[in-house]
Amino acid sequence: MAGRIASFLFTLAVTFIGLTAVTFFISRMTNIDPVLAVVGDKATQAAYDGAYKALGLDQPLVVQYFIYLGRLLTGDFGKSVLTSQPVLTDLLRVFPATFELATIAIIIGVAVGVPAGVIAGATKGRWPDQVIRVVGLFGYSVPVFWLGLIGLFVFYGKLGWVAGTGRLDVFYQGVVTQRTGVILIDAAIEGNWEIFANAFSHLILPASILGYFSLAYIARMTRSFMIEQLSQEYVTAARIKGNSYWSAVWGHAFPNIMVALITVIGLSYASLLEGAVLTETVFAWPGLGLYITRALFNSDMNAVLGGTVLVGAVFITINLVSDLLYKLVDPRLRRQ
Amino acid sequence: MSDGLSHWLMSEAPLSRRQAVLGRFYRGIRSILTNPTAVVGLVIVILLVLMGIFAPLLSLGNSPLTQDLAGRLGAPSAEHWFGTDELGRDILARTLYGARATLAIVALVSVIVVPIGLAVGTVAGYMGGWVDAVLMRITDIFLAFPRLILALAFAAALGPGIENAVIAIALTSWPAYARIARSETMTIAHSDFIQSVVLQGASTWRILFRHIVPLCLSSVIVRLTLDMSGIILTAAGLGFLGLGAQPPTPEWGAMVSSGRDVILDQWWVATIPGLAIFVVSLGFNLLGDGLRDVFDPKSGS
Repeated sequence: MAGRIASFLFTLAVTFIGLTAVTFFISRMTNIDPVLAVVGDKATQAAYDGAYKALGLDQPLVVQYFIYLGRLLTGDFGKSVLTSQPVLTDLLRVFPATFELATIAIIIGVAVGVPAGVIAGATKGRWPDQVIRVVGLFGYSVPVFWLGLIGLFVFYGKLGWVAGTGRLDVFYQGVVTQRTGVILIDAAIEGNWEIFANAFSHLILPASILGYFSLAYIARMTRSFMIEQLSQEYVTAARIKGNSYWSAVWGHAFPNIMVALITVIGLSYASLLEGAVLTETVFAWPGLGLYITRALFNSDMNAVLGGTVLVGAVFITINLVSDLLYKLVDPRLRRQ
Repeated sequence: MSDGLSHWLMSEAPLSRRQAVLGRFYRGIRSILTNPTAVVGLVIVILLVLMGIFAPLLSLGNSPLTQDLAGRLGAPSAEHWFGTDELGRDILARTLYGARATLAIVALVSVIVVPIGLAVGTVAGYMGGWVDAVLMRITDIFLAFPRLILALAFAAALGPGIENAVIAIALTSWPAYARIARSETMTIAHSDFIQSVVLQGASTWRILFRHIVPLCLSSVIVRLTLDMSGIILTAAGLGFLGLGAQPPTPEWGAMVSSGRDVILDQWWVATIPGLAIFVVSLGFNLLGDGLRDVFDPKSGS
């Protein structure tokens, strides 16, 4: 067990170093002069040279990388040129919005995707399976930013069922004190249900669209796990003992796929953070994705780097933790 | 197809290497054609290629670049079947020409990704030991990356443009192929026919390129087809964010983006190119699903 956790931590460390190295060297490939971003283009040569030294740019690239890595580990992501605040402060401010979106999306994805996958697997080759397969294939093929726009056009523009872009209507903004940054929770704490309803009506469309993507993936994986389990002899045994087909499916086969589903759900939760980049752009959702893209277009490299490292780190951690959980929960793997 | 030729192709005992290769190809085609999913996908992909080639003929005399500011944001009409965009350009023509950008991206990414993935995977799988450990660790790092974010960072660092979008997507796509090639290689490497070429004195490179790579190709191609929709969607996403093809080149992602501000009033500007992305990536998904059913009956349905 200890060995497994040690190897987990080693993988985490190596992957994290790789992640930071790749993003660091990408940021150094740009033609953007980080010195100019600090001193401005009217600075004297002496001021320029001073800033050049102060930023450590006279050091070899590898040394610069380790200095950068050391700063990262102490939580120093540098300063954003765009907001003139420490990048870490910015990231902490925008992360709850993405977290709120991704969490509601994964809840939708699991609540619909898992039952759909079980039903598809249990009715393999018949019409429920075909219908679910087509719905899933659509989810794999549709561009998220386009679906978002169409969703806005239909449900906001034509039907008026949901609110438009952003997290709240303009006149509701700043009413609720920020405690967690997750508006649904903040509003619930204050008992302000008007704001809660408004936030929910802004959230539901982007969350459903993101949720659809994880739904497609979760349903496909659940289906193939289910087919594998249903071909096992214990299912036949359960049927011979007089269980109905569906009671064998839900009571016997389903508990056996739950372990494998942990990894799948973890993976799709992680990829939601990434899918959020385009969704947030379409819905003007002030989260991590929008922050990174804004920074990109303003050559704010510290912010881009910080955001990429944060998304990458969350992604890697969720991946590895779900992998570890999988091994911890499955009694067969635990024994080895 | 005459019976004689079909018989020659299906022969259980081919007399020449050429006959064996052609026969294998023919059997593959025949089994693809019996799979309805694959056929639908194949038809869509072929239509995409035809769209790209015959864009000038199909666009009814409208150029994708000619602006007409008086007729901007025009609704679909007899003259402009899919309406006009914010500069009065014909959306049908731009959608047709946009197929070229998509085809170019898909082709270039495949040409870069498959050789890199095969090289890394087969070398790692065949050599084993520390070479394998190092190569696979690097692969894992790239695999752990959120794909769009990395592509975004690359595209931003290299500057916007279609070539850089291709490089960015390729850099984030190769690890999957390395993984597949490695696992295929590991099952092949210890088989008797490889041992016999080793005894005949073949060099490692010869074994890798003449004997192992050809056997990995089919699973790599199936994976590539399934991946195509992801590549198209990532490219369109980069285009949507302004990091793909630059104006005035017609590209579907960028076209959707230009229709974004007018989605509530002029829905067709964003809808048509988005629909094109959707149909094409659906086509590749169907083809890939079908190919997997045909070549790898174990997985899938």
